[in-house]
Amino acid sequence: MKTEVLRELRSIVGTQWCLDSPADLIPYSYDATPAYQHVPDVVVLPASTEEVAAIMKVAYSHRIPVVPRGAGSCLSAGAVPLQGGIVLAMNRMDRIKEIDQENMTATFEAGVVTARLHQAVEAVGLFYPPDPGSMATSTMGGNIAECAGGLRGLKYGVTKDYIIGVEAVLPDGRILRAGGKNAKDVAGYDLVKLLVGSEGTLAVITEATAKLLPLPEAKRTAMALFRDLKSAARSVSRIIANRIIPVTLEFMDNATIRVVEEYARIGLPVEAGALLLMQQDGPEAICDRDIDRMAAICREEGAFDVRRAHNAEEESALMEARRTALSALARKRPTVVLEDVTVPRSHLAEMVEMINATAAKYGVLICTFGHAGDGNLHPTCLTDERDREEMERVERAFDEIYDYALRLGGTLTGEHGVGAAKAPYLEWRMGETGMDLMKRIKEAFDPYNLLNPGKLFGHQTRRRVVVRS
Amino acid sequence: MIAEPAHPMTARPLSLDEDSLYTCMRCGFCLPACPTYRIRQVESAAPRGRIGLMKAVYEGKLDILQIADHLDLCLGCRACEVACPAGVPYGHLLEQGRALVAAARPLPPLVRFAYNRILGTPGGIRLANWALWLYQVSGLRGLVRRLHLLERLATPGLASMEQAVPPVPSPLRRARRPKIYRPLSGRRRLRVAFFTGCISDIVFPETNDNAMKVLAAAGCEVVVVPGQGCCGAVHSHAGEHETALRQAKRNIAAFEKVTYDYIVTATGGCGAALKEYGRMLAGDPEWSERARRFSAACRDFSELLDSLGTDTLPRRPLHGTVTYQDSCHLRNGQKVTAQSRKLLQAIPGIRYVELPESDRCCGAAGTYAIFQTEMSDRILDEKIEKLKATGADTLVVANAPCQLEMIEGIQRAGLANRIRVRHIADVLAEALAPNAGQPETDRSREVNMRTK
Repeated sequence: MKTEVLRELRSIVGTQWCLDSPADLIPYSYDATPAYQHVPDVVVLPASTEEVAAIMKVAYSHRIPVVPRGAGSCLSAGAVPLQGGIVLAMNRMDRIKEIDQENMTATFEAGVVTARLHQAVEAVGLFYPPDPGSMATSTMGGNIAECAGGLRGLKYGVTKDYIIGVEAVLPDGRILRAGGKNAKDVAGYDLVKLLVGSEGTLAVITEATAKLLPLPEAKRTAMALFRDLKSAARSVSRIIANRIIPVTLEFMDNATIRVVEEYARIGLPVEAGALLLMQQDGPEAICDRDIDRMAAICREEGAFDVRRAHNAEEESALMEARRTALSALARKRPTVVLEDVTVPRSHLAEMVEMINATAAKYGVLICTFGHAGDGNLHPTCLTDERDREEMERVERAFDEIYDYALRLGGTLTGEHGVGAAKAPYLEWRMGETGMDLMKRIKEAFDPYNLLNPGKLFGHQTRRRVVVRS
Repeated sequence: MIAEPAHPMTARPLSLDEDSLYTCMRCGFCLPACPTYRIRQVESAAPRGRIGLMKAVYEGKLDILQIADHLDLCLGCRACEVACPAGVPYGHLLEQGRALVAAARPLPPLVRFAYNRILGTPGGIRLANWALWLYQVSGLRGLVRRLHLLERLATPGLASMEQAVPPVPSPLRRARRPKIYRPLSGRRRLRVAFFTGCISDIVFPETNDNAMKVLAAAGCEVVVVPGQGCCGAVHSHAGEHETALRQAKRNIAAFEKVTYDYIVTATGGCGAALKEYGRMLAGDPEWSERARRFSAACRDFSELLDSLGTDTLPRRPLHGTVTYQDSCHLRNGQKVTAQSRKLLQAIPGIRYVELPESDRCCGAAGTYAIFQTEMSDRILDEKIEKLKATGADTLVVANAPCQLEMIEGIQRAGLANRIRVRHIADVLAEALAPNAGQPETDRSREVNMRTK
C-alpha cells in the first residue's frame, strides 16, 4: 500500500484506527469459514458515515478493494479480503440511535451487536425476531449484508422482512439513504431490499432502520423423539398443514443426537432417528393450544417420546440439546464445515436421507440439524482441514448435496450467504439470465469492482455433477 | 506484507500445541466475552485474534516477538474459554505463547529475580513478608510515597497497588499460627490440608485464618501443611514454565507428608493453578500419578464448604447490602460460580444483590495491574461504575489479587468509606456464631499429622 494512501486514511480516522502492522492485519485475514485466508493491506475502523464516505473516496480514486466487516462470524468467507486492500471494520459504529415506540422501529449503526439490539428493544416490550446462531457476537450490519435468518424464521421471517430503511455509502463515496420508517413505501425501486443480502458487494451499510413487533407475552416448548426420520418429517408437514405456525420447529438427525449426547450427557436416546424441538409464542392460551396440538400430531405420527416443558427450568432443559449442538459438533473434529442448503419443507426427509447416503458414499461425517419448519438444514461436516484428501471428499460430497437440493427446488444457501465459498455454484441456482442481470446491477453500483471483490461472482462456475435421482 | 520469520523452519516452536490452535473455528463468540476487546475494539486484542497470531507464529509467518505485545495485553482471565463452543484451551495456548516470548526475550532481571528467587522459594516468600512489614512500619513507605519512587523506578501500577496494600501483620504472627484447626462440633467430617498461597498469605493472612476457622466450624479438621510454597500461577502466566514446575513438585511433595481428604485454598487463582498440576506433569513418569492425585483432591474454599451443606454453619445475622465479584480463575478456570453466591445468600440479615458483569475480570489478573497499568485501570473503572450502581456497602471477593485491585479502585473513586472489600471467608467467619471455630492451640499436634 502506498504511503500516500495510508496518510490519507490516517487523516480520516486517526492513526489509532488505521492498522497496518503484520500482527494487526493477520487477525483480519479470515472469518469463520474454514480454509479461507488472505491478509489485507490495511484495516480501517471508522466512527461515522462521513468517515466511511471519505475512506471510500480514497479507495475509489486509488482503485483499492474494500471489504466491509462486522464481527467476522461469516460462514461463506464473505468477510475475507481475498484481494487484499482495505478491511473496513464497522464494529466501532455501534450506537443504537433511536427506539421509536410510536412507530415501532429501531434505528442503529451497522456495528451494533445483534444481541444488544434484542436486549434494548425487549427492555421496552418490543421484539426484533431474527436470531441468527451467532447473534451474541454478530453485528446488525453483517446480518443485513447477509440477510441472516435464525430459529424464528418460520413464523417471523428473516432480516429482509424487518429492515425498512438503510443508509449506505456507495463505492464512489456518495451517501445513499433509502426507505425509512414508513410501513408502506413504493416510491421507486426497493433499494433497501436490494441492499439486504447484497453481501457487501454493492454499498457499505452504515445505518439501518428495522421495524419491530410487540414482544410476545408467553412461550411454550416441547420435544418429540422419533424412531425414524420420515415420521419426524411427516409430523412437520402435518403441523403446517394443520395451520399451525410455531415460532421454532427445530430438527436433529441421528448423527447429531449421538454427538450431542456423547458430549452433553443430557439423556437423549441415541437410537432415536430424529428429534423435533417445538416452540410457540404469543398469548398463553394459544401457546398451550398449539403445543398440545403439535404434541398430539407427533404422537400420531409415531413419536415414541414427547416431552413438554411446564416451567422455565424444564424449557431450558429441553432446549439444552439444541443449545449445545454447535459445541458438541465443534469438539468432535478440528474443522467444522457448517452448511445451510434449504429445500421446500415437503422434501425434508428426502434431503436428509440423501445427505446421509452421500456422507456414507464419501466416507465423511455429516451431522444434520436445522430449521425443519422452513426447510433450512445445516448439514455439518466434521473434518480436519489439514487432511487434503479428506477435504476433497468433503467438497465432492457437498457438490452432490447442492445439486440434489436444487433439483428438489431448493437453494444453495438459506441464511449463510454465497460469499466466496458458494460463488462457483451460484450460476446453478441463478441461471445464465439471473447471473447476467446480477452482474449488471453490480456494475451499476460498483463499476471498478472495488467492493468485496471475489464474492458472489466466481472466477468460473463449477462443473455440475450429475446425481442419479 | 508479512515479514519473513527471523528463524525459519528450524525455530518452529514445538511448544505451541497444533491441535489446540486448529480447534479454534474463528466463530468470534469469544469477542463479547473479552474485556480487552471491548476497550480496544481491534481483533488483535481479542482471543480469536491472539489465537490467529499464535497460529501465524506456528506456521512461520510471524516471529514470536512480533506478537509479544499482543499476548502481553491479554489478562488471561479465560472468560473466552467459557464462551467458546469449540473448547479451545485458550489459557494453555496463552501460557505456551508466553513461554516462547520469555525464551526469545527474557524478562527484566529484577522481575525474574522476584519470580524465581522471591516467590519461587518458601524462604524467599518469608523474606518478602519481612521486607514488606519493615517497609510499612519503618519510615520507608512514607519516603517512597513522598518521592513517588515506585512510579519513577517501577510502574505506576505497582505504585497504586502499594497504596491498596493494608498494613500487614508482623511475620511473627503468621509464624505463630496454629498448625491445626479442630472441628467445632467434635465429630470430624473431613480432613483438609490447607494451601495458604504466597502473596495472599502475606497481605491477607487473616483471611486464611478465617477460612480455616469456618471450615473447622463446618466440621473439618484443617491442617496447615508445612513446606508449601507458591502455587506457580504467576510463573506459568509469565511463561516461566520451569519455575512453575518446580513449585508444583515442591507442593506435591509437601502435601504427600500429611493425610487429607481434600486440599483447600481460599485464593481462586491459586486453586486453578493447583488443579492444573495433573496436566502439567502428565508426561513425567515420576510425577504424573502424584500430580494427578494432588489435583484431583483440590477444592476451592467455597466449593468444599458448599458441598458440606450451607446448614452446617452456626450462624448469626449480619447487616447491609452485599454483592459479589467472581474471581476469573475461580469462575472460568475452576467453574465455581453458584457456590459462593449460595453461601453468601444463606447468611441471615444481609441483602444480596448481583453485580452486573460480575463474570468480567476486574483488571487485577495477577501481575497484570503492575505491568499493563493503563488497560487495567480502564477495566477497573468500568467495574467500579457497575459496583456503585448496585448500592452495595460490601463487595465480596474470592481471590487476593482481586481484593487488592478492588480496594485500589474504590480508593481512587473516593468510595473507601462507603464500600468495603472483603474476602468471602472473612464475611462467613463474621457470620459464625460467637466462639465458633476456635483453633486448637496445642502445637504438638502437628506431629500427629505425619502419618505417611
